[in-house]
Amino acid sequence: MTKSIMIVGVGGQGTLLASRILGNTVISEGYDVKVSEVHGMSQRGGSVVTYVKFGDKVYSPIIGIGEADIILAFEQLEAYRALPYLKKGGTIIANTQKMNPMPVITGAAEYPENIIEKIQQSSSLIPVDALELAEKAGNIKAVNVVLIGVMAKSTDIAYETWVETIKSTVPPKFLDVNLKAFELGYNLK
Amino acid sequence: MKKLLLGNAAVARGAYEAGVRVVSSYPGTPSTEITEEIAKYDEVYCEWAPNEKVGAEVAIGASIAGARAMSCMKHVGLNVMADPVFTMSYIGANGGLVFCVADDPGMHSSQNEQDSRHYAEAAKIMMLEPSDSQECKDFTKAAFELSEKYDTPVFLRLSTRVSHSQSLVEISDRQERELLPYEKNIGKYVMMPGNAIKRHVVVEERERTLEKFANETELNVIEDNGSKIGVITSGIAYMYSHEALGDKVNYLKLGMVYPLPAEKILEFAKGLDAVYVIEELDPVIEKFCKSCGVKVIGKEKFTYLGEYTPAMIKKAVFGEDLPEHAEPKENIPMRPPVMCAGCPHRGTFYVLKKLGLVVSGDIGCYTLGAVAPLATVDTTVCMGASVSAALGMAKARGKEFNKKLVSVIGDSTFMHSGITGLVDIVYNKGANTVIILDNSITGMTGHQDNPTTGYTIRKEPTKQVNLVALCKSIGVSRVVVADPFDLKHFEEVVKEEVAADEPSVIIAQRPCALLKTVKYTGTCKIGSDCRKCKVCMKLGCPAIWQDKDGVHIDANQCNGCGLCINVCPFGCITKED
Ligand SMILES: Cc1ncc(C[n+]2csc(CCOP(=O)(O)OP(=O)(O)O)c2C)c(N)n1
Repeated sequence: MTKSIMIVGVGGQGTLLASRILGNTVISEGYDVKVSEVHGMSQRGGSVVTYVKFGDKVYSPIIGIGEADIILAFEQLEAYRALPYLKKGGTIIANTQKMNPMPVITGAAEYPENIIEKIQQSSSLIPVDALELAEKAGNIKAVNVVLIGVMAKSTDIAYETWVETIKSTVPPKFLDVNLKAFELGYNLK
Repeated sequence: MKKLLLGNAAVARGAYEAGVRVVSSYPGTPSTEITEEIAKYDEVYCEWAPNEKVGAEVAIGASIAGARAMSCMKHVGLNVMADPVFTMSYIGANGGLVFCVADDPGMHSSQNEQDSRHYAEAAKIMMLEPSDSQECKDFTKAAFELSEKYDTPVFLRLSTRVSHSQSLVEISDRQERELLPYEKNIGKYVMMPGNAIKRHVVVEERERTLEKFANETELNVIEDNGSKIGVITSGIAYMYSHEALGDKVNYLKLGMVYPLPAEKILEFAKGLDAVYVIEELDPVIEKFCKSCGVKVIGKEKFTYLGEYTPAMIKKAVFGEDLPEHAEPKENIPMRPPVMCAGCPHRGTFYVLKKLGLVVSGDIGCYTLGAVAPLATVDTTVCMGASVSAALGMAKARGKEFNKKLVSVIGDSTFMHSGITGLVDIVYNKGANTVIILDNSITGMTGHQDNPTTGYTIRKEPTKQVNLVALCKSIGVSRVVVADPFDLKHFEEVVKEEVAADEPSVIIAQRPCALLKTVKYTGTCKIGSDCRKCKVCMKLGCPAIWQDKDGVHIDANQCNGCGLCINVCPFGCITKED
């Protein structure tokens, strides 16, 4: 069985680091894994999507409509945009942060209201104020690791395994903040 | 040992293990990380060239001199380096010579969706195509071997999903290789007609040899699952097909996409009820199969456009629909890429928009000057075209039009192919104004150094091209350096230079806000005395937004660059620590 995890957010939010931590953790568990990343143009504040798939043998690195077991969303609107990708019975873990896209800023479109509630009508969604937790950990940039922490809790991979990969993936300078961020996410009730 | 590697990092690893000595490339998504990863291997000489043609030629020289060499580029970079490549096909290779080209189906970061396989056929150069990171490494090593064995350059074709996906790779050690001897050989290395006529014969013989090799090589594999349906595919499309169709079909997976294996295709198709060709972009394999008399199903079921998905393949072959899923019940606003908060280009475009100028644009982060609300860029064709196309516009529409016209071009793009356009303006008595957007880095592709930054790919200090002196030496007497965040002064400079009856260059100098050396502090805040004139909204800064209550600045996104403070006519925006 292949597990499919989709990470969505806004360019610059650190989704790449999240997918790398996730990828490195699952290989240490002995799985075959593929991580599909986005580089270049769309990183400039656009919607970004990365896919992490693992299992006995993974062929396609991308995740299709109705196939994601978990969607890790760094921003509300991006969670909503990714909704069709969620597998029936899957879970969205969503940062409650809102970031206005340019069409909203210019007044050409409106930011939808009550996104969390709307998603919850059809699907399971865990809201997380990751920005607040990241701030508590000491750096708002650690939103990504907070969310990884929340997700880690729902897997059968041991806490220590995650900590080990964070240690080997994150630059030493930011290690303490990130370990704290992971712990805050992991222990969210 | 197995490691999780990006396709691009695996290509770099393969080249390293194969003993590559010289790598010269120009950045371009999705190929950039190959050369960045090579730079981490101290044994390899590695550089950013000013453009792809130069990069290819450096690799060519190294190969002739006896070293294994490589040059990497995005698909459109292959257009720029096509000239030497076509002739290198005649010369062949001394040390193994690999050109690594990354296509971008779906145009994640590109201005077109061209299929580089056509170049392989046109230039008569063998092309390999991996489908995951392990193959990226293995095929790169194979490419060096085959290049030396068959005396030919070899293309390695990648695509965005292969380049930018990570998968597991078995790592080995580097095999150090002695330089091959360099021997003067005018008949082989000097391509003038008398010699080239003879070399063309060699090329055609090599083509026949490689056609035979294509039928025998293990790069092309048949996977027989006992089905009556066959799929011929390559690269990432193989992975999508396998995910979609599993062991319900037979596969012919082509690892070598030029020349194609006629006999192997015939053997594969024999006795099958239906054969599908599944390939992104153009029907290259499909047309070849048809030319061999094999009946295949291709573009009548599959699109020429964009990336494929397993779901699309399932639908086309088995008629299966998408799995059950939820949909939002309203329109979701798009989130297109935007210039970052603090981007120096924002000041330039604000002024150009205010002055209502026609802007001959180019390729880089500043192409985003075409996006609302700035919507200031009029044209974007290819790297360098901003300068030369503006001369054409001015020659077509005359002097008055030229006084409302500017070109904008980044520092890296100016080095890449803007200089020759400027020479044309001076030489042919144009009076254009060219604005070089000097943000001290190659921004779009993720911060590569270039000849104007003063550093090499390995961050060693080096000579820095002096843009002012360069433009002056070309013959431009009016060269002005201005800060695009000093809006008042910048506006005056632009007005003055477009009015001049001779060529002029404005160097808009302010570093990229994402550079570590740039340290803006605090955040901007809109005071309660705001008169809601919304001039600041015209900047298109992602940190500034409005609702019923007025205009606000998002402290999480603002980096304190202060451009909005300069633009507010009533002094209502201030900086907070
Ligand atoms: C022939 C070709 N090579 C490479 C690219 C990829 N590419 C697009 S813009 C760019 C460089 C942009 O740098 P610069 O001109 O300094 O502008 P900035 O992005 O920093 O504003 C590159 C390498 C391309 N589009 N075409």
